[in-house]
Amino acid sequence: MSNEVSATGDGANDEVDAERPVVVRDLAVSYGDVTVVEGVDLTLEAGSLVGLVGPNGAGKTTVLQAIQGITQRDAGSIRLAGDALETLSARAVGRRVASVPQETGLSFAFTVRAVVEMGRTPHRGRFEGPSASDVDAVESALARTGTAVFADRPITELSGGERSRVLMARALAQETPALLLDEPTASLDVNRAAETMALLRRLVDDGRAAVAAIHDLEMAARYCDRVVVLANGRVRAAGAPDAVLDADAVHEAFDAEAFVGRALAADGRTVTAYPSTDVTAHRVHVAGVGPETARVVARLGAAGHDLSVGVVPAGDAAALAAADVDATVVSVPPFAAIDESARTTAVEHAERAAVVVAVTDGSGVLPVAIRERADLVVDTADPPTDEVLLARVAAAAGSGA
Amino acid sequence: MRVRRRVTLWSLALSVALAVTVTVSAGVGPVRIPPATVLRVVANAVVIPAGVEFGTVGVGPLALPRLGVAYQSPFAFPVDDVHRRIVVLVRLPRILLAALVGFALAAAGTVMQGFFRNPMADPSIIGVSSGAAAGAVAFIVSPVTLAGTLRLPGVGAVGVGLSHGAGVSLFAFAGALVAAFGVYAIATRRGRTPVATLLLAGVAVQTFLGAVISYLQLQAGESLRRIVAWLMGHLSGASWSEVVVVGLVVPPLFVVLLAYTRELNVMLLGETEAQGLGVDVERTKRVLLAASALVTAAGVAFAGIVGFVGLVVPHVLRLVVGPDHRVLLPTAALAGGTFLVAADTVARAGATELPVGVVTAAVGAPFFVYLLSRREVYEL
Repeated sequence: MSNEVSATGDGANDEVDAERPVVVRDLAVSYGDVTVVEGVDLTLEAGSLVGLVGPNGAGKTTVLQAIQGITQRDAGSIRLAGDALETLSARAVGRRVASVPQETGLSFAFTVRAVVEMGRTPHRGRFEGPSASDVDAVESALARTGTAVFADRPITELSGGERSRVLMARALAQETPALLLDEPTASLDVNRAAETMALLRRLVDDGRAAVAAIHDLEMAARYCDRVVVLANGRVRAAGAPDAVLDADAVHEAFDAEAFVGRALAADGRTVTAYPSTDVTAHRVHVAGVGPETARVVARLGAAGHDLSVGVVPAGDAAALAAADVDATVVSVPPFAAIDESARTTAVEHAERAAVVVAVTDGSGVLPVAIRERADLVVDTADPPTDEVLLARVAAAAGSGA
Repeated sequence: MRVRRRVTLWSLALSVALAVTVTVSAGVGPVRIPPATVLRVVANAVVIPAGVEFGTVGVGPLALPRLGVAYQSPFAFPVDDVHRRIVVLVRLPRILLAALVGFALAAAGTVMQGFFRNPMADPSIIGVSSGAAAGAVAFIVSPVTLAGTLRLPGVGAVGVGLSHGAGVSLFAFAGALVAAFGVYAIATRRGRTPVATLLLAGVAVQTFLGAVISYLQLQAGESLRRIVAWLMGHLSGASWSEVVVVGLVVPPLFVVLLAYTRELNVMLLGETEAQGLGVDVERTKRVLLAASALVTAAGVAFAGIVGFVGLVVPHVLRLVVGPDHRVLLPTAALAGGTFLVAADTVARAGATELPVGVVTAAVGAPFFVYLLSRREVYEL
């Protein structure tokens, strides 16, 4: 990866900190009287992808713009490859960080190649034609992003997904050690979104540093090395995705009830958010197996109920969901019969619970002792909606009390 | 490289078109002169330095040595002296002024449309034209003259100051710059000049100056006719000195604009993106605004309000050569010069002379509509 920050003298310190292209400390930005972000720390390291997650209005874009000096900051320091941002010219900044905006304001019929060539702006002298390195950078950016095939078409004729790849190509042509991406997948189909993130992952693995503002928590968990959760302009949590992205973090940052579990189809987490409710937490015992039981467990767990689950075979969907919401699980080995001790433990949990929910398809796999105690039965053939489920649990707890 | 080749080819083609238009135009008028004769007259007028001559300036004890350059004309085609006088003294200054003004207005219009990312932008959008008009009208109405006679002991009476026409131009030029700077100052807060604010400040200043001009016209009395003529745009009575002034002001500023065409392209992305691509947006805006205000002011000061050139010529060229300012700016400028020369030729070809602004609008608007009907313009 070439790092051409030393090309022309902009008064910039050429002793670059190549390992940490962007270091933000205690950043504060306000628009008028409204404080948008405050006390934000963010470090981008070469070869590492940081996901900046948080609800709309959390200040993600503001942080990205402050790093480029587009938004003036009130306090804090920003160092790009070792140099303080305020000592760098716009050109020097453009050789250190490149941004991929969500959409481009370009409504003129420039060809894709011309748009990507604009990425060379900070490298070119005013009266110079494109140098060999300019041409190489543009061609390789076109090739890496798969945009070479429509390089000579006007950008106005491209689809949204194609345009976003062109913007990525333009940022690559800037050949900066750091990339800033604002919702790189927001306007893309699922397949394009995954492609874009995979491309970003490869670029980072090649040694670039990158930060992506992402609202899709699953994308963040799947592709990012670190996640910074931003809410109301402050960093709520930062660290590895597995450590940071849990139901509490989502609840706090997004003000939503959430189920955060292990993704089954990818290396990452699956995040399901629900509308916020204010149910009173109770001890609830859930009995049943399979995905419908898992759904009931996930929803009740996200709502804050103190759950016990069982008896379930280990590895069953219900058992996995129960583990993800930190429920007490009474399990037996897969394919094994329910033994006496498991049955007794499960019945004890059911007796201590304020509400017992039985999830059944009517085939009678539930232990009779639990089915008899069930305050409400969820029929898998005709399952209630989340709302109805929560209301029934609340009603059952109320009548039992 | 492809861009450079396109620039060169287009500029060459349009330069040829401009030269042909100028030549033909110089032959049009009450006395018809064939293009071949025009070319001979121009060739005869060409001079090259032939040597250095020494002399003195002043008399008696005040005499100073003077270094002069002797010129000689390499050509001596036989031409009718009447034709020579008509071409060199009457028609060429007017035609060249038209070419320069058209060039200036189209260049400034191209820059403003790109700068504001707005198809309705033209050179007058930052108040330049209104300012020039207010300055010119104020000078025409006021009883002040800038000419006077100075009695110097030993030398006698010496006429100093400016002619009426030069005074109008000077006031127009100053008014244009004051208005443009006022708009810029209104729209600038804490070192930043948002384009939208600039646009609205321009509208406000234009409206205000419009009121001033209307009031002055009411008070004008017998000067009203001259005011109306100035406001409608005029190139009649152009002199070589005016050509020289505009010719000295416009080309260097045009070079500045050319130097910023790549930034102008990037600015089309919007300011945030441009900044991210390493463009010092605020500085670029100041340079572009100042250069295009000066270019427009120079044009408007001598030709009055010639509408439409700065609005339509860039649009037409954008349809032809595309949005890349590296190609668009030089081609639009050359086409603007050609267009205004042609329009002025039409304006003075009839029995009674029309204000050139009337012709540019009357010819340009239908042509523009024709272009729009052939090719839809969804956005700028």
